Amino acid sequence: MSSLVVNNLECQRGYSQIFHNLSFQVNAKEVLRITGTNGSGKTSLLKILAGINLQEQGDVKLDEHPVKSDKYQQEVFYLGHQAALSAELTSLENLEFLNALNYPIKQPLLIQALDDVGLKGYADETCANLSAGQKRRVILASLFVSKAKVWLLDEPFTALDPKGVEIVENAIFQHCANGGLCLFTTHQDSALPNQRVISL
Amino acid sequence: MNIYLQTLSRDLHIAIRNPSSVLNPLLFFIISVSLFPLAISPEAATLSQIAAGIIWVASMLAVLLSLNTLFHNDFENGVLEQMVASHHSLPLLILSKITAHWLLTGIPIILLSPFLGVLLFLDNEGVKILMITLLLATPSLSLIGSIGASLIVGVKNSGMLLSLLILPLYIPILIFASSAVSQAQFGLDISAQLYFLAVFLVLSLMSAPFVSAIALKISLE
Repeated sequence: MSSLVVNNLECQRGYSQIFHNLSFQVNAKEVLRITGTNGSGKTSLLKILAGINLQEQGDVKLDEHPVKSDKYQQEVFYLGHQAALSAELTSLENLEFLNALNYPIKQPLLIQALDDVGLKGYADETCANLSAGQKRRVILASLFVSKAKVWLLDEPFTALDPKGVEIVENAIFQHCANGGLCLFTTHQDSALPNQRVISL
Repeated sequence: MNIYLQTLSRDLHIAIRNPSSVLNPLLFFIISVSLFPLAISPEAATLSQIAAGIIWVASMLAVLLSLNTLFHNDFENGVLEQMVASHHSLPLLILSKITAHWLLTGIPIILLSPFLGVLLFLDNEGVKILMITLLLATPSLSLIGSIGASLIVGVKNSGMLLSLLILPLYIPILIFASSAVSQAQFGLDISAQLYFLAVFLVLSLMSAPFVSAIALKISLE
């Protein structure tokens, strides 16, 4: 069983301290919802956990593998504010590249993943022609087929219609049922079971 | 290695679908070189003397012009974050982006240079040496340029800053490459210059991807 342990974390932006002495643990099958006002450091926290930003102090470990080690990064999927899609490439090409950055996934599975998020027939559409919600769905498809154990989702429900929100909640539920763990930030209420909430 | 080829083919695909970003620097290169005969003198004796310098300066500025786009789009759309978060080595991913940049600017410049050389009355020997120096040194231009591009990736209107950062590092290449061509025109030995350009290439190949990776991480903070 995996667990993500955060110990005594401190984060600074410029000269101001955003949070300090932050410690928590998330075990397999658990969902952690991170709430807080704008500017309270939700995104900074997720970026530190994703290995993109550096913490001022403290450590982050997944089963004794520290953040930024290969073993850690392999198990983590970070979904940021931006869609991480190139406008010139098709949905499928974007998915192939994004997943290759973690685990390469075979094309039929990727097309299936696009179908599952409601983008049937959009595989060969260039992303410049997609709406904000559809772009969000493409990157979510990439998340759903990835083999990462830890999902770090920054505002995953942005730009999604009610049906899309339901798809994401189901996927998080399934992921955790299969032994994964998920941390996400949101300003909306969420009805996910097994959910803990921390406030920054 | 697989991810290297995949990143390379992704960047080439993007460039093919958005050709203006690749063609702009090349057009700049052709136009700026072809204006010199009009402005200075159409005489063969004058032009053949300064041809190598003109082509080298123009190609350097063309590369500089193209560097802005190296990381910019990936930074804006968040792909760069995914690259940093990936377990693959960031310097390797950057090296493949640099390779794509060289294939899209360096190679076309090398292929265009003989035509522009003939336009400026450069003799056969001169054209040959010009192409050899470009082949040896344009990869260094892309490699060193990536350091500057990664430092300024989050900065708005950074064209001037990029030139200030990068041009001083380009100057040794410019001096040795253009002197190689002009000495070759007089039938002198140019092995020293070529060795220098080769050393510069090896050094930048070994250091630039790592320095760029550090700079990119700082820019993303």
